[in-house]
Amino acid sequence: MSKTPAALFDKVWDSHVVRHIEDGPDVLFIDRHFIHEVTSPVAFLGLESRGLKVMFPEKTFATADHNTPTINQHLPVQDPLSANQLKALESNSAKYGISHWGLGNPKNGIVHVVGPENGITLPGMTIVCGDSHTSTHGAFGAIAFGIGTSEVEMVLSSQCIMQPRPKKMRIKVNGKLGKGITPKDVVLYIISKLTAAGATGYFVEFAGDVFENMSMEGRMTVCNMSIEMGARGGMVAPDETTFNYIKGREKAPKGEAWEKALAYWKTLKSDEGAFFDKEYEFNAADIEPMITYGTNPGMGIGITKKIPTAEEIGSGKASFDKSLAYMDFHEQESMIGKKVDYVFIGSCTNGRIEDFRAFASVIKGRKKADHVTAWIVPGSHIVEQQIKEEGILDLLLEAGFQLRQPGCSACLAMNDDKIPAGKYAVSTSNRNFEGRQGPGARTMLASPLVAAAAAVTGFVTDPRELI
Amino acid sequence: MAYDKFTILRSTAVPMPIENVDTDQIIPARFLKATERKGFGDNLFRDWRFEADGTPKKDFVLNNPIYSGKILVGGKNFGSGSSREHAAWAIYDYGFRCVVSSFFADIFKNNSLNIGILPVQVSESFLDQIFKAIEANPKTELEVNLPEQKISIVGGASETFEINGYKKHNMMNGFDDIDYLQSLKSEIRSFAEKSIY
Repeated sequence: MSKTPAALFDKVWDSHVVRHIEDGPDVLFIDRHFIHEVTSPVAFLGLESRGLKVMFPEKTFATADHNTPTINQHLPVQDPLSANQLKALESNSAKYGISHWGLGNPKNGIVHVVGPENGITLPGMTIVCGDSHTSTHGAFGAIAFGIGTSEVEMVLSSQCIMQPRPKKMRIKVNGKLGKGITPKDVVLYIISKLTAAGATGYFVEFAGDVFENMSMEGRMTVCNMSIEMGARGGMVAPDETTFNYIKGREKAPKGEAWEKALAYWKTLKSDEGAFFDKEYEFNAADIEPMITYGTNPGMGIGITKKIPTAEEIGSGKASFDKSLAYMDFHEQESMIGKKVDYVFIGSCTNGRIEDFRAFASVIKGRKKADHVTAWIVPGSHIVEQQIKEEGILDLLLEAGFQLRQPGCSACLAMNDDKIPAGKYAVSTSNRNFEGRQGPGARTMLASPLVAAAAAVTGFVTDPRELI
Repeated sequence: MAYDKFTILRSTAVPMPIENVDTDQIIPARFLKATERKGFGDNLFRDWRFEADGTPKKDFVLNNPIYSGKILVGGKNFGSGSSREHAAWAIYDYGFRCVVSSFFADIFKNNSLNIGILPVQVSESFLDQIFKAIEANPKTELEVNLPEQKISIVGGASETFEINGYKKHNMMNGFDDIDYLQSLKSEIRSFAEKSIY
């Protein structure tokens, strides 16, 4: 008798269920837990007030990223509240024996960048963090998702969380991407089709030619933004690209352990005939460079298109109007040619080496537009080092840009990197919510290529004209 | 952290008929710098509620004295975005115990249940009826009956809502998951021994 075909998601989920509660959630064992300074302090307070210990400190990894400054990291952090949170992360990690990559540590960087680049993230794992973009790690064929602080406390104290089993969705994109079309465009395109809530309640598997041919950096960009369509997470089946990326990384298995792990990882793919509650299929040839015009990531269009009307996208009129009023944009306007004040490249979405290579490919031999302020923020010190070694820093400096130090930076503007009220930013980050990049800031989400084109022209520009 | 038991809540409600209310609106990132769970209610909906200089914005519903109560009624896709539990803390700290919407983001829903806010998902048509009833009379009361899984416009229509049996039991008794997980420790330990990671 043959076994029921299972999806990649089922294989990973089922191998982590400690106990299933009837008419309730599953108790799910967590292989890797990342923590950062913002969502962990109250969880540690909870442990203390209950007198609990960290059950498996070696499975939790701390890094400072949300609050950290992106200049002068060698100096004491000026903001006393941020400094206090960073100190709490350091002392809590020391107290409970948790690995801590704080400010100044050569391994420091954005949690979703440093996990993969140090081989902490592996296929088939369950991975959580008090941050919604934990979905990034799904690029390795892991079940990875964001959790709240109460759940951080659960994982610290028991290495488990209680999760209702989500439904399954598969999104296929087949065909070949055109020139200048990046993974960011692919995911913004998908979200524009599904809406910002289109995958709520689901875990998504990305499949098809486009993802199979994508680099690990690209897959991470796509999985990172699966939360922006409401999904708990996204994942891509691990393959040779995945294994080649992991092999030799510091914390990846070595020798016999590697061979054993590899044999297991090769089984991690959806079986023929596996059931999905919902399936979508898109054609790569339909995807243009994308840009958002509104205040949620579902409000994106091909860069040459006009801003749609509320009727066209079937959105509530009042909410749509509120969104456009915030942006001071109007229905049927063209995005091309809109003035840009700020450009931000970085974040857990587009802060990896491939993103800076793409950015550099456009700015090479050009100059930053005078009226544009550009913040170029690597995702980690390792990425920063690569930028220097590959000569990208020289290109940036020649074009009039400066490189900042790693951190979440203007993606959520918890540090000083805030876009001023009313100003327009083309940003490679993940959210264009009202005030996300600073009170009153107006965000247009796009790829590193679109960001670079805006940085050198000072206006929203189709990057295909510059490459 | 323990929270008050939830059984039947009868209260007037605050209407917020806006879709996709994200957690950056509920509590902007710059107010996430505390290391204790204190005072988040003061910054609930900060940038919709106050001008940059701290003056209340007159047209925002929380600044309108005709609306009050322990129930917040929001538009479709409430709580999207970040995983910050601070959003749920801010709502709780302000005084709400229940949020009603036709659709909730997953993480926000989990976070709410974990801290004792009941997210009640209703049909779009019932949500519309609630908004209309409150618009017609701001003193309209809603009754949320958790044991019966029923929400009613007092003196009007009602609808049932979903919640899993485990969470319902927890909410009605003020229990949280950590107590439960502590009771599974030996099971978890033997599970961990088999892990290849």
